[in-house]
Amino acid sequence: MTDSKYFTTTKKGEIFELKAELNSDKKEKKKEAVKKVIASMTVGKDVSALFPDVVNCMQTDNLELKKLVYLYLMNYAKSQPDMAIMAVNTFVKDCEDPNPLIRALAVRTMGCIRVDKITEYLCEPLRKCLKDEDPYVRKTAAVCVAKLHDINAQLVEDQGFLDTLKDLISDSNPMVVANAVAALSEIAESHPSSNLLDLNPQSINKLLTALNECTEWGQIFILDCLANYMPKDDREAQSICERVTPRLSHANSAVVLSAVKVLMKFMEMLSKDLDYYGTLLKKLAPPLVTLLSAEPELQYVALRNINLIVQKRPEILKHEMKVFFVKYNDPIYVKLEKLDIMIRLASQANIAQVLAELKEYATEVDVDFVRKAVRAIGRCAIKVEQSAERCVSTLLDLIQTKVNYVVQEAIVVIKDIFRKYPNKYESVIATLCENLDSLDEPEARAAMIWIVGEYAERIDNADELLESFLEGFHDESTQVQLQLLTAIVKLFLKKPTETQELVQQVLSLATQDSDNPDLRDRGYIYWRLLSTDPVAAKEVVLAEKPLISEETDLIEPTLLDELICYIGTLASVYHKPPSAFVEGSRGVVHKSLPPRTGSSESAESPDAAPSAGQAAEQPAVIPAQGDLLGDLLNLDLGPPVSGPPLAASSVQMGAVDLLGGGLDSLLRSDVGGSPAMGGSGFTAPGPAAPAAMGAPLGSGLGDLFDLTGGVGTLSGSYVAPKTVWLPAMKAKGLEISGTFSRQVGSICMDLVLTNKALQVMSDFAIQFNRNSFGLAPAAPLQVHAPLAPNQSVEISLPLNTVGSVMKMDPLNNLQVAVKNNIDVFYFSTLYPLHILFVEDGKMERQMFLATWKDIPNENEAQFQIKDCSLNADAVSSKLQGSNIFTIAKRNVEGQDMLYQSLKLTNGIWVLAELCIQPSNPSFTLSLKCRAPEVSQYVYQAYDAILKN
Amino acid sequence: MKMIHSLFLINCSGDIFLEKHWKSVVSQSVCDYFFEAQEKAIDVENVPPVISTPHHYLISIYRDKIFFVSVIQTEVPPLFVIEFLHRVADTFQDYFGECSETAIKDNVVIVYELLEEMLDNGFPLATESNILKELIKPPTILRSVVNSITGSSNVGDTLPTGQLSNIPWRRAGVKYTNNEAYFDVIEEIDAIIDKSGSTVFAEIQGVIDSCIKLSGMPDLSLSFMNPRLLDDVSFHPCIRFKRWESERVLSFIPPDGNFRLISYRVSSQNLVAIPVYVKHLISFKENSSSGRFDVTIGPKQNMGKTVEGVVMTVHMPKAVLNMNLTATQGSYTFDPVTKVLAWDVGKITPQKLPNLKGIVNLQSGAPKPEENPSLNIQFKIQQLAISGLKVNRLDMYGEKYKPFKGVKYITKAGKFQVRT
Repeated sequence: MTDSKYFTTTKKGEIFELKAELNSDKKEKKKEAVKKVIASMTVGKDVSALFPDVVNCMQTDNLELKKLVYLYLMNYAKSQPDMAIMAVNTFVKDCEDPNPLIRALAVRTMGCIRVDKITEYLCEPLRKCLKDEDPYVRKTAAVCVAKLHDINAQLVEDQGFLDTLKDLISDSNPMVVANAVAALSEIAESHPSSNLLDLNPQSINKLLTALNECTEWGQIFILDCLANYMPKDDREAQSICERVTPRLSHANSAVVLSAVKVLMKFMEMLSKDLDYYGTLLKKLAPPLVTLLSAEPELQYVALRNINLIVQKRPEILKHEMKVFFVKYNDPIYVKLEKLDIMIRLASQANIAQVLAELKEYATEVDVDFVRKAVRAIGRCAIKVEQSAERCVSTLLDLIQTKVNYVVQEAIVVIKDIFRKYPNKYESVIATLCENLDSLDEPEARAAMIWIVGEYAERIDNADELLESFLEGFHDESTQVQLQLLTAIVKLFLKKPTETQELVQQVLSLATQDSDNPDLRDRGYIYWRLLSTDPVAAKEVVLAEKPLISEETDLIEPTLLDELICYIGTLASVYHKPPSAFVEGSRGVVHKSLPPRTGSSESAESPDAAPSAGQAAEQPAVIPAQGDLLGDLLNLDLGPPVSGPPLAASSVQMGAVDLLGGGLDSLLRSDVGGSPAMGGSGFTAPGPAAPAAMGAPLGSGLGDLFDLTGGVGTLSGSYVAPKTVWLPAMKAKGLEISGTFSRQVGSICMDLVLTNKALQVMSDFAIQFNRNSFGLAPAAPLQVHAPLAPNQSVEISLPLNTVGSVMKMDPLNNLQVAVKNNIDVFYFSTLYPLHILFVEDGKMERQMFLATWKDIPNENEAQFQIKDCSLNADAVSSKLQGSNIFTIAKRNVEGQDMLYQSLKLTNGIWVLAELCIQPSNPSFTLSLKCRAPEVSQYVYQAYDAILKN
Repeated sequence: MKMIHSLFLINCSGDIFLEKHWKSVVSQSVCDYFFEAQEKAIDVENVPPVISTPHHYLISIYRDKIFFVSVIQTEVPPLFVIEFLHRVADTFQDYFGECSETAIKDNVVIVYELLEEMLDNGFPLATESNILKELIKPPTILRSVVNSITGSSNVGDTLPTGQLSNIPWRRAGVKYTNNEAYFDVIEEIDAIIDKSGSTVFAEIQGVIDSCIKLSGMPDLSLSFMNPRLLDDVSFHPCIRFKRWESERVLSFIPPDGNFRLISYRVSSQNLVAIPVYVKHLISFKENSSSGRFDVTIGPKQNMGKTVEGVVMTVHMPKAVLNMNLTATQGSYTFDPVTKVLAWDVGKITPQKLPNLKGIVNLQSGAPKPEENPSLNIQFKIQQLAISGLKVNRLDMYGEKYKPFKGVKYITKAGKFQVRT
């Protein structure tokens, strides 16, 4: 009697038999047959061949049969659009049925059939259903508008459905309101600019009322919608919070988390002195903790969100450490998240408990978990100074267990502890050295080598130890090789007499026998440094290192604030803004926390403005970051590719590398370095070093800067105002704005780097992707001193056009990667074409005439330059400043005709005829060129130059 | 917000046995990413619930040996999806008595109808069991016989009454000859006890599950002797929050049938009584292929009630080959493949404490195991809510009849773990 009978097949060809049954006269047999078809569908079998037969069963008064046929239709209509049209009449008829259940079912199913022809017929029934007397039909119709919008957005707008949908927000039935809100939110997602959800105090009030009455799912939609509202002052924020707090006790965890999002966001506007602020903080803790007693999947999402919340407002959960203690049978993904939060909550008050737990975890079975637990002990030591000693002794205990991976992790973290508390715990070095032989992971080996090099003077047999590593030099990973090189150089500088041979050996291994350019470069720079000025070498290599920062894995404040606005979404699970990963997120609007207000400051306060501005600027950033990344990552982010590999340039390269050198690749190995960076071997230099090296290096290039800097004020090629290319939100606090200029034959990229993060930025480097005209930096990006928070620096980066060429779309698109000590960032920008107009672009008259005739007419392009009131002479001189040369001027019937030429850096000539009527502010520009695809961009350049 | 694009049900051996698409059809091959993650996780419980693939996100839950894998295409609240998936599983359980591959396959058409009714274009439509049951009748042997004779269907053809009212969880026209209201106060103790027997962490997760079979539109209020215990509570939507805030009384018009009224947490700040203690000695000798195992379980602070249904499970270290033990009470098994020792103790009588003792055989030559196994204990105490929560009275308004009322208390071990 069960449905499994529907799965049995006969030998005779199943489809054939089903066809016969579907066409049977007996109702019961028909229904059984449709059920069989549905059963096949559930397991992914293709039964689309039965389409006409199934559709024939649609005309029935049996609701179950009708539903089954509809189920089938939804699955297969797309593949059989012509057949699907057969169903339309029945749909339209059903939309008029006296039974609201059938009306709703029909309109709902029609919306699911994604066939253009059907959607045309959908409009009328949908319009009726949106105004149906039965709320069940209205709420179904509301959702249907969203479906239709997804298929044909234009149609929905033309038919005025959006307005009807907006009206439904004021519907008397809370279910209808919830669905209307959900539908509008969905539509708004694909239309960020359309002010669809026009939230004002009145509509907010309606939503809050509906919130109390609608189903749990509707509550989620409404809460998510509320979160996008910007209250006008703290009083309004408080009153919304008061009405949202009861949701914290809802049994549905998604409702709870959406409520938390609203509260976290609006709390930002409340003054911390307010009593209510404290009450709210207290109310937030219990529901968050309760989420942790739910199913493990829910726990995981909750934990990822709690991770954000404790970074933003640690006070909420500071007393709840124990609920994050790991249970033996938690799934591993829950365990790892809990560990993370435990460290974030660790403080002097609870550190003893935390350490005891971590020590317990370090003896568990799961290797990943154990490793993370050992690391966590190290992080505690760095975070809570008072506990450092206990942490070190715990780590030593763990090393005594001799469990291989525990020992290795412990050594890696002890290295960090040395950097945080220098000259305090070096007594343990002897214990560490005992375990030298058991280290087989590169990171642990590198850490150990760093320790030996750094404290060579305290380790009697440091030379022997390092020598033992040197034996298998070529089999080591790059990380270890670089570390070993640096460590031996350090050793040599500390004990020069005994280790001369060793240093010679490592330098020759690195420079002569290695294929790795990073290693070679570092080898060369050490070699040169040691041979020219050992004192300087000592200052550089043994420079005092900055202490490592307290918490290395905190999310950048700008990003954190954005993520708080996305609590409960996928973004909060991935800890990335949706724009970074959601496919096809067209112009995602960046959300930002409301500014804290007194009571007068409104939402339009300047604080809020920048984020909106950045959102508007977004088109400059290529949406499909994926391919850009792929392309740029293949390039080595090093100094410029131009110029022959002269000694000077190799010194430069070495220098950059040295700064980033051995010291730091090790020191920061677990701090920053994305794998991509590690691969390119371009490691982060310590901030102290650039100051030392900057001056001598920059001297040659300084001249160049002076030159360009000086000319910049003279009249010259038109320079557009700077625009933001890389918003801080996308680049962990680094904001880049810039423009392009051309002065006396040299192209410059004028940049302003602004540090909007909390930490110092250093070690900047820039790299272009291949582009249409081979633009490439002619010198490395020189930022002479580390960039302190809130500091800006202006840089003029000289460019040349000898880089590799690849046609871009649009043609003047330039993809840029900028690196600093934090990460590598990518953006793309469009450069105005006139920076490529060369100074010798004036063509001989005869030549001009001949060429004009020679270029076929289909290569001619015409453009209108509107709203320009200059006269012919002014135009001519203005254009000449940007290397567009007037060859002849004629007056034909009161019109001035200018004949002009220009040449691009790659030798392409462009000929122009500019027609100016004195009375008409609109000029006509005709362009002829053998490569007509540039015309459009030349026109854009004309337009820009003439209008500025 | 186009929430769930498709749903795949996958069994433990990796067969996709049901798929449902709410928009266009997504190829089964998208599950390959899931299988990959599953392989990496080794243990089924460890498959991460959110997986990203080049074009989709897979959000999954693992329930009753079935993976519910949903395919998502846009930014969506994962909790929304996970809650919904659990609701789907609950509905299957409710309809078919169990949420298993066989049950689902046996009722595939109903399953499909249910899924269609529960979600429309990513918007959950009807997830309340009361409403669903009016739209689609659950299968019973009797009904399928009747249906096949009379040709009637199991799809309701009138609009469910609760669907649009302000109490969507209750259907109208409920009628019983015996009117009953039962409440089960169930408390689970989650605890971590360290080697020395002191409590590292303990809390009580409590729920009140109700079975209400009352005619008409009863309006109930439930009050407690000590409502202060409940400071962290999650409510069923039927509960009037304002009444609770002001009077600490649970006031509600109940759904019909079984449902969870509230769940609550009594945290470690309040003292959580631990009803059992464990004395243990598990040691492995250096350079020898054996070890000792000696565990005794005893009752404490159980307010005169008997601790029963005691089961202890231990994941022994990998190096353990076999165990030779004697139990003074109950029986034990050791699975040499999974290394799980399970001791079914039964009831604890304070006069004669159950003990399990003997020799552990290790792989010869293997190093002495570093980790000490954790003991997971299960137990049950009838007629006791360990937090001390007590129902004071239940009053009914709105209806005239006199219902049968009953409250049952039970305390169980949740994640109760003793470190050694």
